[in-house]
Amino acid sequence: MSKILIVAEHDGGKLNASTAKSVTCAARIPGATIDVAVLAADAAAIAAAAAALAGVSKVLVVENPANKEPLSAVLAPQIAKLAAGYTHVFGPSTTFGKDVMPRVAALLGVSQVSDIMAVDGPHTFKRPIYAGNAILTVEAPAGAPVVATVRVASFEAAAASGSAAIEKVDPGAALPTHTRFVSRSGASTGRPDLQSAAKVVSGGRALGSAENFKLIYALADKLGAAVGASRAAVDAGYVPNDLQVGQTGKIIAPQVYFAIGISGAIQHMTGIKDARTIVAINKDGEAPIFESADIGLVGDLFTIVPELEKALG
Amino acid sequence: MRRIMVGVKRVVDYNVRIRVKPDNTGVITEGVKMSINPFDEIALEQALRIKEQGLADEVLAVSIGPADTQQQLRTALAMGADRAILVQTDAAMAPLSIARVFQKVAEAEQPFLTLLGKQAIDEDNGQTAQMLAALLDRPQATSCSKVDIADGKATVTREVDSGLETLEVDLPAVLSVDLRLNEPRYVKLPDIMKAKKKPLDLKSVADYGVTEGAAFKTVKVDPPPSRQKGIIVKDVAELVGVLQQKGLV
Repeated sequence: MSKILIVAEHDGGKLNASTAKSVTCAARIPGATIDVAVLAADAAAIAAAAAALAGVSKVLVVENPANKEPLSAVLAPQIAKLAAGYTHVFGPSTTFGKDVMPRVAALLGVSQVSDIMAVDGPHTFKRPIYAGNAILTVEAPAGAPVVATVRVASFEAAAASGSAAIEKVDPGAALPTHTRFVSRSGASTGRPDLQSAAKVVSGGRALGSAENFKLIYALADKLGAAVGASRAAVDAGYVPNDLQVGQTGKIIAPQVYFAIGISGAIQHMTGIKDARTIVAINKDGEAPIFESADIGLVGDLFTIVPELEKALG
Repeated sequence: MRRIMVGVKRVVDYNVRIRVKPDNTGVITEGVKMSINPFDEIALEQALRIKEQGLADEVLAVSIGPADTQQQLRTALAMGADRAILVQTDAAMAPLSIARVFQKVAEAEQPFLTLLGKQAIDEDNGQTAQMLAALLDRPQATSCSKVDIADGKATVTREVDSGLETLEVDLPAVLSVDLRLNEPRYVKLPDIMKAKKKPLDLKSVADYGVTEGAAFKTVKVDPPPSRQKGIIVKDVAELVGVLQQKGLV
């Protein structure tokens, strides 16, 4: 009988959608009991959102001013204490989960299963290796806790139709003070979040300048889409780093992905493998992007993109 | 001695097209070009820059892997590392076991800073730095794109999903580095010659009291599912038509 603890991701006020996706992953283990741990300074709204997720039995709340910012050195010892009695501890494979979960795993004396993309059984999981160019099926030993991160692009969010019990707990862990939060600068653009958006419009090196990237923003705004970019466009300084889609950037799974002036390097394609529909616009009909695109249009983006924006009314 | 320890992993070169073995037991690595994991190269470059700023005295490169990993460590020495340790093993090693070996090396060498790549591009586990920090009970910062060392502290900027996050950590600390921290230097021929004379110690996993072996059983390795071949539309009007038909706009 699997008893799974999911570490909630949040921004201090709101639950991140990655938590609901981790719940869906956990629910693929037959007969699992799923609890969610919320570690925060002020947890009420976050815990309420976690308690509403379908499939969750109980929400464990650890309220502590030390948990205001997601510092892994502070969170990990608390999570490791909460993990007692659980067969599995899952977190999202976002920068939050990637940071904290291996620290939890080490404290529990196990290696981690990174980036679960499919559940084959209580201890058997599929995960991408070599940037998604191979899929590894691994079996973790049954006698030890399974600590894992969940590849959020591979799972839908659990519905908000549940009503789990909320329980305040004190894990009683000693917390270090050697790590301190200084600041966060975010991309608050008013556009949908790239990681979770249903529609994404991405531009590549062919845009040629930061100024020309306005075409991408305009089309994205018309579609209500998030904006992304290839590594080449980021390296050329057209857009900030956090817009990068690909192996070394964000791995996303939108309903529709527009790749505009993007050649389709393996590095980039790794980040959009799970997109439902890929639309490619490129003036080079031989570009590798057309091998993976569901819909391709060969032509000059500087003509096509404004025309497309206009045609969408 | 103000020492920086850098982890170096030997991996299939990032330009190699990965092929899965026909019997689904793994990925073909025989006869394939091997290199230093690109993220580890960035970690090493950062260590060298910190030393060049006069903030460290020695850069120690440490690797765990087969005998051939000496090639990558010689490259690390040619880049500018002062000495290297190869903990030699032909066995698969669990991420936690790798972290335990690093822990033992760190306890012996007492680095004030340990720099590792945020992940290796072969198995994409992304665990070693965080685990090492936990085992040493030291601060960690992952995916660093900026590192400043001063007054016994490191101020680091991390690349996170929501943008950039800045942390201050007390040293000693364990940091993992991201792509945009720096651009690693090219190795020059005279440096390759010089590197041959630099010390490279060979150790075994047993020397550190750590057990060899993988964490998990490999059930199988498959190639990724391929996408269906798509369609080419002739103009914007047709594109909009197809998108509307699919309910995407």
